[in-house]
Amino acid sequence: MIDFVGKKRWFSLISGILIIAGIISLAVFGLKPGIDFAGGTSMTFQFSPPVEQSQLREEMAKLGYDKATIQNAGEGNFIIHIGEITSKEANELAEQIGAELDSQVKISDYYLASPTVGAETARNAGIAVIIAAVAMLFYIVWAFRRMPSPFRWGTCAIIALIHDVFIIVGIFSILGWIAGVEIDALFITGLLAVVGYSINNTVVIFDRIRENVSRHISPDFATTVNASIVETLGRSLNTSLTTLFVILALFLFGGATIHYFVLVLLLGVIVGTYSSICISSQLLVVWEKKEWRALLPFTKRPA
Amino acid sequence: MRSRNVYLLIFILALFGFALWSIVPLDRNVFGREGLRLGLDLAGGSYLVYQTNVSDIEPDNRDEIMEGVKGVIERRINALGITESTVQIQKHEGEYSIVIQIPGIADIEKAKEMVGLFTVLEFREQDAAGNFTVPTTGTVNGKELTLTSRYFKENTYVTVSQTIGETLLVFEWDETGAQLSKQITTRLLGKPLAIYLGDEPLRGEDGSIIAPTVESVIEDRGQITGLSLADATELSKLLNAGRIDVPLGRWVDGEFEPSIPLYERTVDATLGADSIRKSILAAVIGIVLLLLFMLLYYRLPGLVACLSLGIYGVVLLAIFKLVPVTLTLPGVAGFILSLGMAVDANVLIFERTKEELRGGRSLGAAVEAGFNRAWTAIKDSNITTFIACIVLFWLGGTLGAFMVRGFALTLSIGVALSMFTAIIITRTFLRLIIGSQVVTNLSAYGVKK
Repeated sequence: MIDFVGKKRWFSLISGILIIAGIISLAVFGLKPGIDFAGGTSMTFQFSPPVEQSQLREEMAKLGYDKATIQNAGEGNFIIHIGEITSKEANELAEQIGAELDSQVKISDYYLASPTVGAETARNAGIAVIIAAVAMLFYIVWAFRRMPSPFRWGTCAIIALIHDVFIIVGIFSILGWIAGVEIDALFITGLLAVVGYSINNTVVIFDRIRENVSRHISPDFATTVNASIVETLGRSLNTSLTTLFVILALFLFGGATIHYFVLVLLLGVIVGTYSSICISSQLLVVWEKKEWRALLPFTKRPA
Repeated sequence: MRSRNVYLLIFILALFGFALWSIVPLDRNVFGREGLRLGLDLAGGSYLVYQTNVSDIEPDNRDEIMEGVKGVIERRINALGITESTVQIQKHEGEYSIVIQIPGIADIEKAKEMVGLFTVLEFREQDAAGNFTVPTTGTVNGKELTLTSRYFKENTYVTVSQTIGETLLVFEWDETGAQLSKQITTRLLGKPLAIYLGDEPLRGEDGSIIAPTVESVIEDRGQITGLSLADATELSKLLNAGRIDVPLGRWVDGEFEPSIPLYERTVDATLGADSIRKSILAAVIGIVLLLLFMLLYYRLPGLVACLSLGIYGVVLLAIFKLVPVTLTLPGVAGFILSLGMAVDANVLIFERTKEELRGGRSLGAAVEAGFNRAWTAIKDSNITTFIACIVLFWLGGTLGAFMVRGFALTLSIGVALSMFTAIIITRTFLRLIIGSQVVTNLSAYGVKK
C-alpha cells in the first residue's frame, strides 16, 4: 500500500515552494488586471490577408498605442487590449492600420468596460470568492456533523481550497509577468469552478475516512486516513483524467477567447486533485495528533 | 424488483426518445422553440449598458420617466427592423442604467446612433397628399417653434370615463405649450395630428398610426379619446418621458459623458460561428477520448457508462433547447466540463463495485453496494459544485460579468442531470444486464481473477 501520510513532509515542501514562489511573484509583479476589472477596450482584429504580429505592433506603436497588449489568436486574428477608445475610434483605427498594412481589417469583437464597472466587478468577484468559501465551509461542517469536531474537517478542506487558490493565482501572476496574461471575470469563474471541484474531491476522500473510522479498520488515525486515500485513489485519478480529457481538448482546440479560462480549469483540476490527496487529509492527521512539526520538511521525524 | 427495472427502462427509453425527437433536427419547431438559443458571443450581436442623467427630473417622477425612456428605445430599435431585442431598466442605489441587448445585426453603429437619440416626441400635420410630413409649428414671442412633448406638464395620465366608459388620455400644457396649442388647434380644427419619434410615427397595437383629430381649441388642458387602454397608457408614458431629454451615456468622476456606453460588448456573427465550430471540435475530441478511456478501463460497466453518457448528452441538449437556456461560449465550456464531471458519479460507483467484488461479494450484491455506498459521496461532493454555481450565478448578474451566468447555469444543470444519469440510468442498465445473467465473467467488470 502506498504510504501517502508518511510523505507529508514532501508534500508540504512542494506546496510550500509553489505557494512561496507565487506569493513572491504576487508581491513583486502583482496581477495584471484585465478589462473586466481595470476598464478599457478589448478588440479582435481580423486581417485578410493575415499580417505578422510584429507588423501590427509596429503600426500600433506608430499611432501612439505602444502600450497595447496584442495576443495572436491565429488565422489572422489578433486580440488587442488598450486603454479606452469608443467603437467609432476603434473602427477608424482599424481602417488606418488596414491601409498601412495593405489588408482588410474587421473588428469581430469589440468590448468596452468603463473603469467604474471594472471596480464594481472586481469588488463583486472578491465577495463571490469569500461567500463561496464560507458557504462550502458550512456545508462540510454540516455534512460531517456526526464526526467528532466537524469544524476541523471543514477547516482542513478550506485550507486545501486556499492552497489551490494561492497556487493558481501565483501561476497567473507569473504568467502575467512573462506573457502578459490578464485576470478577468472569467478567471474568477474558472477559479470558483475548480474550487468547487477541489472540495468535491476532498469530500469524496473525507467521506471514505468517515466510513473507515466508523468501521474501526485501524486504531491508528493515520493508518485509517492512508487506507482511505489509497482506496479512493483509483476514483480520484480516473475522475480527474476524464475531466482533464475534455478540458485539454477545449484548451487545444477551443479557440483563443476562452484559452486562459480553460487554463484555469486545467490547472485547477491538477492542483485540486493533488491537494485533496496530499494536503487536506494529511492536515486532518496532523491536527488529530497535534504534530504540527511533522509538516516541516527539515526537522527530525518524531519517534 | 425485476419489473421495477423494466418500468425504469421504459421510462428511460421514453425520455431518451422524446429528447432525441425534440433535438433532431435541431431547428425543428418543438413547443415553439427552434434551434438552441445562442448568446451574443455565439450568435453575434451587441450588449450595451448606458447610464442616464436624471438630475433635472423630480425624484418622484424618475421611475415613470425611465419606463417611458425604455419604451422610446424599444421603438427605435424595432424601427430598424430588429426583433427580439430586449431593453431593461436597472435601478441601483438611486442610479438608473439601461441594459440593451440586440441580437446579431450587421450595423451596430447605426443601432447605437438610434438608441442615443433624444426622447422628445414631435407633432406633425398632413401635407397636401395627406401624409404626415409637416412638423406642426406655431409662433411664440416672434419665434417659430415646433410643437413637441417638451411643452407638456409632467402630469399626463390615463383615465376611463365613468359616464361613457371611454379611455381618456388627459394632458396639460406648460405656458409656452398653451400658446402654441391655442394657435395650432385653432388652425387645424377638425384635422388629424400624428406623433413622431425621430422619423417614425407612433403606432397603436393594431399597427395603425396614432393620429387624433383636433375636435376643439385646446389651451391649457385637453384630452385624447378613441385610443385603446394599452395604447393610451403607452402614449402617456412616452409623453412623460419626452418632456425632458434623457440623455444616454455614462458617469465618469461625477461628470456625465453623453453617448458613450458604460459597458459594451459587440461580437460579429462570423466570429460567433467560428467559436461554435471550435467548441464542437473540442467537444467531439474530448468526448471520444473520454468514452475510449471508460471503455478500456471499466469494460462492460464502462460501455454502460458510455450509453448513459450518450443519453445524458441528448437529454441535456433537449433541456437547453426547450427551457430554453441561452448558450454562451463559457456556457458551452461548462457543458463540456459537465460531461467530464458526469463520468465522476459513474466512476465512483464502478470503483466501489470493483472493491466489493474483490471483497468476495456476488455480482448483484456488489453492484447494489457500489451504488448505495457511493451515493453519499456523490451527493456531498456535488453540492459543493452547486454552491460554487449559485455564487457564480449571483456574480453573473452584475454588469461587467454577464457572461459568467451562462457557465454557472449550464454547469449546474449538467451536474444535476449527471447525478440522475448515474443513479437512475446506469444503475437500471447494470441491474438488467446482471439480472439477465448474460455476462457473468468478472473480468468483464474490470476485476482480475
